[in-house]
Amino acid sequence: MNTLLIIAAKEVRDGLRNRWVVATTLLMAALALTLSFLGAAPTGTVGVGPVEVTIVSLSSLTIFLLPLIALLLSFDAVVGEIDRGTMTLLLSYPVARWQVLLGKFLGHAGIIAFATVLGYGAAGVALSMGEVEIEPESWRAFAAMIGSSVLLGAAFTAMGYLASTLVRDRGTAAGIAVAVWLGFVLLYDMGLLGLLVADGGKTLNADLLNWLLLANPADTYRLFNLTGFKNVSLFAGTAGLAAQAQVSAPVLLAVLAGWVVAPLALAVALFSRKQI
Amino acid sequence: MTDAPTIRVEGVSKQYGDAFAVREVDLTMAPGECVAMVGHNGAGKSSLIKLMLGLTTPTAGSVRVLGADPASAAASHIRRQVGFLPENVAFHPSMTGRETLDFYARLKGANRRDNDALFERVGLEPAAVKRRVGTYSKGMRQRLALAQALLGGPLVLFLDEPTTGLDPALRQSFYEIVRDLRDAGTTVLLCSHALTELEGQADRVVVMNRGRKVADGTLATLRGLAQLPVRIRLTMPDGNVVEMTCANDDKVETVRRIACEGPAVTDIEIVQPSLDEMYAHFLRREAAE
Repeated sequence: MNTLLIIAAKEVRDGLRNRWVVATTLLMAALALTLSFLGAAPTGTVGVGPVEVTIVSLSSLTIFLLPLIALLLSFDAVVGEIDRGTMTLLLSYPVARWQVLLGKFLGHAGIIAFATVLGYGAAGVALSMGEVEIEPESWRAFAAMIGSSVLLGAAFTAMGYLASTLVRDRGTAAGIAVAVWLGFVLLYDMGLLGLLVADGGKTLNADLLNWLLLANPADTYRLFNLTGFKNVSLFAGTAGLAAQAQVSAPVLLAVLAGWVVAPLALAVALFSRKQI
Repeated sequence: MTDAPTIRVEGVSKQYGDAFAVREVDLTMAPGECVAMVGHNGAGKSSLIKLMLGLTTPTAGSVRVLGADPASAAASHIRRQVGFLPENVAFHPSMTGRETLDFYARLKGANRRDNDALFERVGLEPAAVKRRVGTYSKGMRQRLALAQALLGGPLVLFLDEPTTGLDPALRQSFYEIVRDLRDAGTTVLLCSHALTELEGQADRVVVMNRGRKVADGTLATLRGLAQLPVRIRLTMPDGNVVEMTCANDDKVETVRRIACEGPAVTDIEIVQPSLDEMYAHFLRREAAE
């Protein structure tokens, strides 16, 4: 356990030194604050709270941005260290391979969690200082958004680690990372939409669609945030979908967690057999 | 400590695809022994070290370091007693020298209070220790690399091309450290292609070529095996230098004859075949087979 923490701490310090932590936190905070100020503008007449507006816009943005940051941070984690030669030395020490991989992952996931909580938390503070009274239910939704964002970041970090363990070349790992991002974040939904239109509802029923959405961590995250809370789904225009969705919030979270654990477990298994 | 071998390599081969990096190598090393492994680039030296560190698993044969399989999951504890200085050592450039050594000491469970003594031993100045490794020269990186290899007082030490980039003065102090360790009972495996430098440092020399072990023995044994002629250089009273060669076994007899029956000479110089020449000889013999 101690070894894990030593390696994770080193990774965090690396992140602090090369300004990853600062840059990511600032970016998250800037975007979150901008969106929360913009979100505060149209309230009152529309009848939705500023928090709900912020949740909808912020979670939509998170789906694009957070996976990208997570993959950028993680694709080099294993293959880069092997390439530079630091891995050879590290593995000659009394550490197990799973400790190396998991320790590094904890460090990177920690950086993302820190940046997300702090950046989005700043937006929360800004919202709470506004004039509108905010209900506890809205705060719960906001906290759930931050928590699931951390999970989403961890899921894509885990996939970055898998890409990094899979190949022998940094360029290839970067290519896989970009492909993962494009695939899950952009192309998957387009493909799904195309499929729905082409199919015309003949074979693709709601059940199957649910499963297809769960097969993508980004969609799982979207489903969780836009349908999980009534006020949010009303505003997001997903209330109908929320009524249709038979997947409960805990299940969605469990699926997201599964998207963290499964790639990571596979990466550990591959890394243990890897000939350095 | 008993004299049981600390390293036992038996019939080990390592294949990458069709290519053999190491082929049917046997090697045993005892505590307090300093073995020099020589061979040109790609001869399988680093591959053999990786096998002994458990970074790779052998295609055939078995490797035992301090009585355990280094690639097994239970090998963690034996790595506490193994020091390794890799070829082309790399550290995280954003960490300072002290942070780097602290990090490795923590991993090894070594006492970090000894780090200052280690820095002094390898000759890394306190001012340099506070600087980031990214600003280090090759020599300073090599000193830091040696310091991390010495963490926790290892029983087995693998040094892969340890003196590249070191100036002659540091090279001397480096070999002094190695001698001290060996005298304290550490098994030291030195890899190098700077052969002349290894003369007088190693108890035994292992010659590698294309993944095979071509020769193994003390310098004297290798000399006997190689049957290379000894050169005897005579300086005549008139200043002329005469050079003659003879077999190693006839050396004493020849010198005796020169001294007793030969002409008057002002100087006799006996030139033994150097490690370089012997190495070249073993490679030629290997190529002829």
